[in-house]
Amino acid sequence: MKEQRIFRLNPSLTLPTSGEGNGQHLPPSKMNTQLGQLSPVAIAFFLAFIGVTLAITYWAARQSKTTAQFYAAGGGISGFQNGLALAGDFMSAASFLGIAGLVATGGYDGLIYSVGYLVGWPVVMFLIAEPLRNLGKYTFADVVAYRLRQKPIKTMAAIGSIVTVIFYLTAQMVGAGTLIKLMFGLSYETALVAVGFLMIAYVLFGGMLATTWVQIIKAVLLIGGATLLTVLVMNRFGWSYGSLFSAVRALPNGENLLDPGQYKVATSPLDLVSLSIGLMFGTAGLPHILMRFYTVPDARAARKSVFVATGFIGFFYILTFTIGYGAAVLVAPEYLAKEAPGFGSNMAAPLLAEILGGGPFLGFLCAVAFATILAVVAGLTLAGASALSHDIYAGVIKGGQSDEKTEVQVAKLATISLGIVAVLMGLLFKTVNVAFMVGLAFAVAASANFPALLLSILWNRFTTQGAVASMAVGLFSAVLLIVLSPTVWTDVFHLASAPPVPMKNPALISMSLAFLTGYVVSLFTRDIEAEERFEEQMVRSYLGADKATIASH
Amino acid sequence: MNNSPDPVEISRDPEFQNLARRKNSLSLLLSLLMFGVYFGFIALLAYMPDVLRARAGAATLGIPIGIGVIVFAWILTGIYVKWANGAYDAMVARVRGSRQ
Repeated sequence: MKEQRIFRLNPSLTLPTSGEGNGQHLPPSKMNTQLGQLSPVAIAFFLAFIGVTLAITYWAARQSKTTAQFYAAGGGISGFQNGLALAGDFMSAASFLGIAGLVATGGYDGLIYSVGYLVGWPVVMFLIAEPLRNLGKYTFADVVAYRLRQKPIKTMAAIGSIVTVIFYLTAQMVGAGTLIKLMFGLSYETALVAVGFLMIAYVLFGGMLATTWVQIIKAVLLIGGATLLTVLVMNRFGWSYGSLFSAVRALPNGENLLDPGQYKVATSPLDLVSLSIGLMFGTAGLPHILMRFYTVPDARAARKSVFVATGFIGFFYILTFTIGYGAAVLVAPEYLAKEAPGFGSNMAAPLLAEILGGGPFLGFLCAVAFATILAVVAGLTLAGASALSHDIYAGVIKGGQSDEKTEVQVAKLATISLGIVAVLMGLLFKTVNVAFMVGLAFAVAASANFPALLLSILWNRFTTQGAVASMAVGLFSAVLLIVLSPTVWTDVFHLASAPPVPMKNPALISMSLAFLTGYVVSLFTRDIEAEERFEEQMVRSYLGADKATIASH
Repeated sequence: MNNSPDPVEISRDPEFQNLARRKNSLSLLLSLLMFGVYFGFIALLAYMPDVLRARAGAATLGIPIGIGVIVFAWILTGIYVKWANGAYDAMVARVRGSRQ
């Protein structure tokens, strides 16, 4: 397998093929990639996806009239379907293209992210999923506010949700604009407006039902595409990871790519620990993920959906990891480095697809990446809109007494506003590093949302003041620490002085501060009524709500 | 707003307490296993990278271990779901049934 490297895509000259590899004749290396040209295959797949998803949206529109339908698809999604949709919500284009690229150029760094993203799911399952489902209605704010004072809690929780959603959304939009420009040759602005229109259409007319089906289709396409690409990679390496890794090791930077100690995602061992905490607990505080537990009919289906999601996501990361090492060997390094900083490596997977499967496969994968972005932004927009309409409008402004029809209208208005905000943020932050924005979203989710959610479930002495303070401190400290870190201080502001905070990843500090604040403030305050309601909350969190209670909601 | 029995009464029911205790024990055990394996992996990576740097075939030991953590997480989730959708739901149904 030592001949593998000469098949690398080389922009400047055509390399001769070595002839046989694993008894299979290999196609000659390409001189130029079709990436960035509008290929008919990409357009066909792309139009088919849009056609099918808009048809689903049209079908779903008739079943998106009530709040239960709009926010939670009427609870009618099956466990398996919701598992796929959870996977669809979670596997962003950033995780597919980003992690494959990270493995291709940084090696083990990509695996650190994959493992960290995945291990959040058991935490969600063991600690959060059931109480969340049994105590809440549509948002995680419902759970935190279950026995605490509605207005302050829902205000603060909605702020945490919306900030998380906007950071995440901005990252996806910037990624969308750049990727679509690279893949289809459309302008960045056109791409953003197209994504904005489509996602608003899905959510506005189809609510959670259409969003769920968009996620399911996208998850199937993405896993299918990644599986096919992995099969082609493994076929090239004689179905042996040994040959793949031998080929990686033979690269000039091969030793580094396989060395777990050479991480660049953190500045120190402690920073690595901080990153790992943010990744693990961030998942348990992402509003668009938490919201999905309300779309299934019962706890049994909710649990099954986590198992299905974890399986698909884990499988997907193993594929992505194989694709990344495959790209390290088969795609010329110049190709991965030539784009704007932080973006060149994102093309590792599509370029590999072109080398192994030709233009049509590249077209298919580009369409899949586009579908992936659309699905994730739709899920995020729905979660953000729910925070605005269900938590702020219905919970705070109307004191829980909102009229069903008006609430849905407010949710729709919020959807349009968030769609516009997303496009504007995408335009404004065009040059911002996408990975950093996603990291920020995870850090905020782990610090602002997760500690208050966990404490409200587990601790009878948790008070309204404690919860509000915990969420505020978590949010503020996560954002502040990132601004003072090398990622913003040096890379975004280009300040010459050393960053005040040497760590790139704030979660270790900000999440600890959020827990500590919640604990200390609760000790100094007293909420007798909330304490008295703890037993009721506990019974309900184990046994579930009565059918009668659910129906009367 | 609901016609369910008094929650305080349920919370003192030995059968409910047994159900809650069993669930807490399993959640805690599985969470600790997950934290131990994951943060153990991260601690090795951060403070003893030489262990993970060791050769394992053409790759390094870190690679099968990293993949192993992913698979382990999935298996733990499966164990919980199997228990909760079987034994636990049966206990929930019993407690709820005896109270209606």
